[in-house]
Formats: sequence, C-alpha cells, structure tokens
Amino acid sequence: MWHLLPKEVESLWTLFTAPVVWAAHFLFCYLAAAVYCEKGFFGAGFDTLRLTIGLVTMAALAMIVLAAFLAWRQWGFGTGDPPHDDPSRRDRLLFQGYATLLLSGLSFVAVIFTALPALFLTGCLR
Amino acid sequence: MLPALAALSACSGVQSALDPAGEEATQVATLFWVMTVGGGVIWAGTVALALYASRWKRHAATEQGAGRLIFWGGVVFPVVVLTALLSYALWLMPSLRPFGGEATQGLRIEIVGNQFWWHVVYRRDGAEVVSANEVRLPVGQRVEFALESADMIHSFWIPALGGKMDLIPGRTNRLSLLATKAGVYRGQCAEFCGISHALMAFPVVVSEPAEFDAWLEARTRPAIGLDGSPAAARLFVDRGCGDCHRVDGTEARGTAGPDLSHVGSRLTIGAGLLPNDDETLARFIAHPASLKAGSRMPAYLDLPAAELAEIAAWLKGLQ
Repeated sequence: MWHLLPKEVESLWTLFTAPVVWAAHFLFCYLAAAVYCEKGFFGAGFDTLRLTIGLVTMAALAMIVLAAFLAWRQWGFGTGDPPHDDPSRRDRLLFQGYATLLLSGLSFVAVIFTALPALFLTGCLR
Repeated sequence: MLPALAALSACSGVQSALDPAGEEATQVATLFWVMTVGGGVIWAGTVALALYASRWKRHAATEQGAGRLIFWGGVVFPVVVLTALLSYALWLMPSLRPFGGEATQGLRIEIVGNQFWWHVVYRRDGAEVVSANEVRLPVGQRVEFALESADMIHSFWIPALGGKMDLIPGRTNRLSLLATKAGVYRGQCAEFCGISHALMAFPVVVSEPAEFDAWLEARTRPAIGLDGSPAAARLFVDRGCGDCHRVDGTEARGTAGPDLSHVGSRLTIGAGLLPNDDETLARFIAHPASLKAGSRMPAYLDLPAAELAEIAAWLKGLQ
C-alpha cells in the first residue's frame, strides 16, 4: 500500500502535520464536551460522547502514526545519526525528518493525555 | 529545628488540608502526599545522577549510551510517570464531585458570598433556616452546597473537609462534602475579593446527626432570648438595624446584611473575625470599618453607650 503515499514530500509544512492533528483533536474534545454538557446532543447519553471522543482519538493517533512513518522514512529509517547540521540538501531533509518524527512522538502522547478524561469521567457537572 | 517545628505544626489545626476530617479532604491529602513523595524521589534521583556525572564518573559516556539514557530517562520514564499520575488524579475526580441528584436528597446548604460575609440557608424536607457566617454539618452525612455570589468572585473553602469551589456572580456552583470527624473547623474565602478578603472566614461545626438535627430544628423558631429585652428589640428597629438585618420574630426584615436571628449562638462575629461576646458585639456595632475595612455597615459612633450595651446584650441573648 506504500505506493499510495508520495515518494517524497519536500515541504516544510509536513513538519507540522502531527501538531496540527493534536490541535484539532484538542479543539474537538473540548468543544464536543462543552457543547454536549451545555446543550446536549439529540438526547444522546454521556457514553455517546465518550465513544465519539474515543473514535476521534483513534483517527488522530492513526494520522500521527502515518506522519511519523513518513518522517521516519524521510530520516532514512534511522540510518544516520543526528545532528544533521551540514549545509546540504540531504542534511536538511534528514533533519526535517528527524524533527518531524520527534514532534509526532510528542503529539501522540499529548493526544492520549487530552483524551484520558473521557476514560474516567462519567457525566457532566451541571 | 524551629522551621521544622513550624512546618510540622502547620500540618494540624482547624484549617489544614493535611489534617483531613472529611472524605474529599482525605483524598486530596493522599493525592498531595503521593505527589510530594513521588516528586521528592524523582528530585533526589536526578540530583544523585547529576552528582555522579559531575563528581565521580571518570569517563565520558559513549554517544550511544547517552542517547539510550536520554530515551529511557528523558522520554519513556516521564511519559509513564505522568500517565500514571494523570490517570490517578482523573480517577479521583468523579468521587470528588459526587452529584448523583438522588444521593444528596437530604441536606442542602445555599451559600451566597458577599463582601465580606456569607449568607447561609439550610434546606431540608421543605424547611428553610436562614443563617450567616457559620456552617454546621452533621457528621457522616453527605451535604450538597449551592454556591452563589452577590457581588464578586469569592471562593468557599473548608480545607479540613474538602477542596475549594468558586462563587461566581450569575452562576450556581455545586460542591458536595462528607464530614467524617466531629469538631470545629475553619473555612476561608480563597479568592481575593477586596480589602477585607482575609477577614472573610467562618467557623464550621461538625456534630453528631442527632445534635445537628436538634440544632437545626431550634433554628426554625425565633430565638429564645428574643423577649429578653423588649426595649433593646425596639431600639434595634428604631436605630435602623432592621433595615439591613433580619431577626426572625421581629419587624427587622432587612436582607442587605447578615441574618441575626440566632446571632448569639454563633461562635464568632464579623465572619470568623472575633469571639462572640457582648463586648465584641458592641465594638463591631460602634465602628465596623475599624475592625473590618471596607465593611458596608455604617458606624454607630453616636449611639449612647448604654443603648449600645443594651443592643449588644440582646443580640448575644439570641440563642
């Protein structure tokens, strides 16, 4: 299936994929909980909210894992060691791949932390 | 030695979260100790490692070894520890905010924060008891608080019984407490609300359910000392006290200031400020702002001393 993915993405923007997913997931969780607790959602129960947050979390984690895989590939699957600080195109690519991979790791953990309350809380505080 | 003693003595007392007398406070105290001891162990480990690296280690670490240390010690370890701590704190949350609706059908206490005093209304089985600046609770029974504010943001906190909760104008916040040990504790406004914020406190009396029931039942009737001095009762109304203060069973029906129906039985006056006796009552009436800056009650410096003493004695008699 890997041929579906572009061979190489040479853009600075891929660096931000995982943090953007993290931000979107964060916003969704907080908005969904706030709107649900204030207005309700067509009579759905609190477990529906928890399930929705769970599904969105899975999707976000999948996207981050994909971004991490692409970054890992860009980094040459870890064949070279950092810091990749030569003024060359190759080192720029490797550096960006490595930085993206680290950011993906951070975002992965952050998304889980954002979603953890949904695992423990059992109702809105009205 | 002295700082250690001071630190230890702060761990007990009427207003200590580390000397819990309620279910919520016990959980908060446990959380505190887990965090403190855990943080201490990690701190000691980090310092030991730094000392080892800077003083005793003879050879530089290999790049691979350093990378491994960073990965396990700087990434995996914090993630695992933080996940565990976050889960533990989140796991505590539902029990710290127990609002079943059904579980707390019993006693409900409404608190309205004012600069710088507390309006307190007890509701149970349709009965309503209005009081102020003191909270009484039965031991072993869950009590629900409805918290509101008449002017600005205050915060209702009884450290010995549980966590704090803000009183926000235009909102009703809820708090649930379960006292587990009878005794007298102290609550305090925990959100800066003006010049006498620090003097906005209240005693909390936790007593056995039977004792509490008797107390509450007595509060549904006018105070026993009400007819002790008809002249003083007359003065109270004539001098305008009743425009702001209510005294059950008299013409005094004001609501701008604390309800004084049974003020004589309270432990303190001025919201936890002074012990409650004839002398402090007279001092407060004569010049509230000298005891409590920013108090909205006007001074009664021109009140003849005899009248002042008479009113104070009558108020002290309202048991």
